[in-house]
Amino acid sequence: MALEPAITDLEQLKDRPVLAALLAWKPDAVQSAKFDRSELSIYVTRELVRDACNQLKTHSLVSFFSDLTCADFYPREPRFELAYHLLSHQRKEFVRLKVVLSGDDAVVESVTSVWPAANFFERELFDLFGIRFLGHPNLRRIMLPEDWEGHPLRKDYPVEGFR
Amino acid sequence: MGHMSQTPVLEGGQDKTMVLNMGPQHPSTHGVLRLLLEIDGEQVVRMVPDIGFLHTGIEKTCEAKFYQQVVPLTDRIDYLCPMVNNLCYVLAVEKLLGMDIPPRAQWMRVMLAELQRMSSHLVWLGTHALDMGAMSVFLYCFREREDLLRIYEMVSGQRMMTSYFRIGGLALDPPLGFFDAVKKFLGTFSEKIDEYENLLTGNFIWVDRLKGVAHLSAEDAIAMGVTGPALRASGVDWDLRRDIPYSGYENFKFKVPTSKDGDVWARYVCRIEELRQSREIAKQALDGLPEGPTKADAPKVVLPDREKMKTEMEALIYHFKIVTEGFAVPAGEVYQAIESPRGEMGYYVVSDGTAKPLRVHMRSPSYANLQALAKMCEGKLIADVVAAIGSIDIVLGEIDR
Repeated sequence: MALEPAITDLEQLKDRPVLAALLAWKPDAVQSAKFDRSELSIYVTRELVRDACNQLKTHSLVSFFSDLTCADFYPREPRFELAYHLLSHQRKEFVRLKVVLSGDDAVVESVTSVWPAANFFERELFDLFGIRFLGHPNLRRIMLPEDWEGHPLRKDYPVEGFR
Repeated sequence: MGHMSQTPVLEGGQDKTMVLNMGPQHPSTHGVLRLLLEIDGEQVVRMVPDIGFLHTGIEKTCEAKFYQQVVPLTDRIDYLCPMVNNLCYVLAVEKLLGMDIPPRAQWMRVMLAELQRMSSHLVWLGTHALDMGAMSVFLYCFREREDLLRIYEMVSGQRMMTSYFRIGGLALDPPLGFFDAVKKFLGTFSEKIDEYENLLTGNFIWVDRLKGVAHLSAEDAIAMGVTGPALRASGVDWDLRRDIPYSGYENFKFKVPTSKDGDVWARYVCRIEELRQSREIAKQALDGLPEGPTKADAPKVVLPDREKMKTEMEALIYHFKIVTEGFAVPAGEVYQAIESPRGEMGYYVVSDGTAKPLRVHMRSPSYANLQALAKMCEGKLIADVVAAIGSIDIVLGEIDR
């Protein structure tokens, strides 16, 4: 299978159930969308990500929280891209919600109130990327010791040697 | 060394409770899991897992390697089923590259992934029974696991850190005698499963110890992100091999065992049935194995055969280029999820168009399953904590990463 170009036109993608539901709920919530390598990514505004998750969950458009992670595009700004991987057992497909965060204001609302499963994943991102999740019940380091300095998965943190 | 002292401990809250530290060296925590238990007599009031003792920063290491150099790192995530992790990673990168894999390589991958599932479940069964006080089952399980490790050694040269699946196919063609060895193993394995069941399923000590213990409802399991046999034992009929097939799983016929009970016993029954189903899949893969190449025709990505390097100039050049410079992967991001023996194993790989990944994230099933442990144990007895840990079959290597 040769790679097909990514579709980024909202008009072409608006029939996808998750995107359609978000657009019907609050058109402002969706910044852009991308269909690449048979995976749908939806960029959601930072302020609305928890409400968007709640909306998708209550309307049974997704049933399962699979994964939450982040990629650091340093030195580009805004540098962080959070990726929420949500699964629908019924439609048998994943959807990816994305939130873009800037380096000096890496704060986003926690989704643990919607999916308790996000608890450990958000703690991991707090630990390794230094992203803060508002409303998280126990936002502490999870992998590293409490007195560790810095956030190792940021790109400006060296791979080897002393800091 | 500051870790223990720096980690906040549970405050003994109410009058009657005390805090008990379990692990990280406790033998029944299957690695280096530390649990802080607030107990009232024999009853667990609250449980807080403390992890990170095996954290090696493997995701950071991946970012400094070429794409093909990440494969050996994925072995070390979940050391009980390295090939399943190889598979998940190579599928993710192949998706990024938009690459087709020859059917023979796909079926070999399925066969080996199922053999890995068996050996992983055998370690689970042996250690779980050992935790519950049934010593001898451990020896029986490791007898068969040894046969499987010999098969992996035969095909890849390594017993555990196999790195046998490569981007674009397999590392080598399987050697002479490999298929006979697999056939011989699969021929006798059903009887061996019966043997384990004879030791355990009718054993009233085993039944009493497992039935009704560490219950988890389907709603809780979904809310806590539980996947794999633990989810199916709670009554959710979901298996990525069947529902979102990858690597040609749509060509195989198998049942997905589920149970409504959601207790340790249900997880035991589901995994035993999975052993039988894995044997079925491996047998189908062995019997119907297509002929053909085991590597994709992509000279810029797949290392050439040794013989070709001796006779063809291009092969030698490509070999040199791949080894010294790696290969560029078109920019983009993918999330590839597969069904590991423990649940949904997912690799999220982001490429910026260079020869090294911008980000490799592993969604490990044990990490999410561990979150449900507190739910299973709170309000129950301390002795049942050990049963609950065994029943979710965690591997600390993939939790801490």
